[in-house]
Amino acid sequence: MNKIESNKGWFFVLPVFIVVAFSAVIPLMTVVNYSVQDVFDANTRFFTGTEWYREMLNNPQLQSALVRQFAFSFTILLIEVPLGIAVALMMPKKGWQASLALVLVSLPLLIPLNVVGTIWQLFTRGDIGLMGWGLRELGYAYNISRNSGDAWATIILMDVWHWTPLIALLCYSGLRAIPEAYYQAARIDQASRWAVFRHIQLPKLTNVLVIGVLIRFMDSFMIYAEPFVLTGGGPGSSTTFLSQALTAMAIGQFDLGPAAAFSIIYFLIILLVSWIFYTTIMHMQKDKTINK
Amino acid sequence: MKSRIGLVVYLIFVLLPIYWLLNMSFKTNQEILGALTFFPQEFTFDNYRKILTDPSWYRGYINSVTYVAINMVISLSVALPAAYAFSRYKFVGDKHLFFWLLTNKMAPPAVFVLPFFQLYSSIGLFDTHIAVALAHCLFNVALAVWILEGFMSGVPKEIDETAYIDGYSFPRFFVKIFIPLIRSGIGVTAFFLFMFSWIELLLARTLTATNAQPIQAIMTRTVGASGIDWGVLAAAGVLTIVPGIFVIYFVRNHVAKGFALGRT
Repeated sequence: MNKIESNKGWFFVLPVFIVVAFSAVIPLMTVVNYSVQDVFDANTRFFTGTEWYREMLNNPQLQSALVRQFAFSFTILLIEVPLGIAVALMMPKKGWQASLALVLVSLPLLIPLNVVGTIWQLFTRGDIGLMGWGLRELGYAYNISRNSGDAWATIILMDVWHWTPLIALLCYSGLRAIPEAYYQAARIDQASRWAVFRHIQLPKLTNVLVIGVLIRFMDSFMIYAEPFVLTGGGPGSSTTFLSQALTAMAIGQFDLGPAAAFSIIYFLIILLVSWIFYTTIMHMQKDKTINK
Repeated sequence: MKSRIGLVVYLIFVLLPIYWLLNMSFKTNQEILGALTFFPQEFTFDNYRKILTDPSWYRGYINSVTYVAINMVISLSVALPAAYAFSRYKFVGDKHLFFWLLTNKMAPPAVFVLPFFQLYSSIGLFDTHIAVALAHCLFNVALAVWILEGFMSGVPKEIDETAYIDGYSFPRFFVKIFIPLIRSGIGVTAFFLFMFSWIELLLARTLTATNAQPIQAIMTRTVGASGIDWGVLAAAGVLTIVPGIFVIYFVRNHVAKGFALGRT
């Protein structure tokens, strides 16, 4: 659609600007302020420049938390996106079954984050949890507080359980938007099931998938409550992700300066990855329309 | 047929942990810690009774619902005109503004917890519902603008022009004609606003003490001197799912219609 060029637009976005700026700009400036100072108490503080930043970037604990964080985010994206598309394709299209499937599939999305952790804690405990007990009965010495492999697998399973519905829901609505005529044309051409998916359904899903993948990347990169409740970051620090490492530093050791510096770095990483992702996708789409 | 089997397998995966939570919420603690049973042997409502009769418990649900509702009202009422502007006008800095809105969704709450606490304490909003609602606007407003803009772009501009020719003023056109046209979009947006505000823990917990404390924070109390009260914890968990079921049930048809317009 060609838009009207008019600065009247600012009029309409002003309320959004005020509401968001109130919650965004002041806290962000506070963090920036802390990140360049060494605060002893309310009256004694020193300007430290980039010292905290350098210190944080060389901190081995944070580096390993960052590596774990990337590993986690990419693993869950690799599982959730294909699984979510598959679920969306399998869901019934109309009638009461469609309503029922929608409600059931969406259930995990509406559970508070720490309750998700609680549910999985109850589910996986060796003594009182169905899954923990079941795996032990099958002869596998499942223990998330001892074995870091088990802890990882459980956290990934939990995240897949919790967030695949988001991708499925977005794709489901994307699929509903494809006109019936496209399928009829495919039937006349005797297109295979795969060809229909590849050339009709997948292109129509690109836009909702961009939303889904971006939201999932951002949120998984900030994951905090679920692993905190389920494993507490352990065993050792094998499931301590960035948010938890940061919170431990800011609250536990009360080191405001370094924690603030780290927060800024953290924010910039998410910003950078999201930006790269967004522009790559947009670029690919532009190429496609040009080729046509 | 094959797809039905796949869907059923997936739904079993989704429902199994929830079934286990439900199962546990109807058991006594002795039974939970005793032998593993697939159905409660001594069926009991005691866990639920404890939550629904104790104000320090059930007020948590009221608090959560209150700030989520306030957040939905604020987010929608500021996002609707903004999304309209993004879908209809080109103005100085529009792309930058849009990206800036999105970056707020990327700010890890762990980063903002302390400054938020200081900001809201200093203006005397600490421990109020409005504080949590405003803090959640940080990520929800961006999301609302993003989703609504997609729906609005799908409405042809000719409709606006025809309305003006027919003598509609802008506010009247917006409320009487435009909003009904994007009803589905508002439904979907409301669902996502509810979801992200309802499940958030860190900000809600930090900005409240007693008067506006959300249920998620109260749940951590089940760890007492005598160990964890598993039955009550499970019952409280079950009750956090209930409001969500209502919301998804009301918007299910809109979700099915989906992001159809514009976004595909």
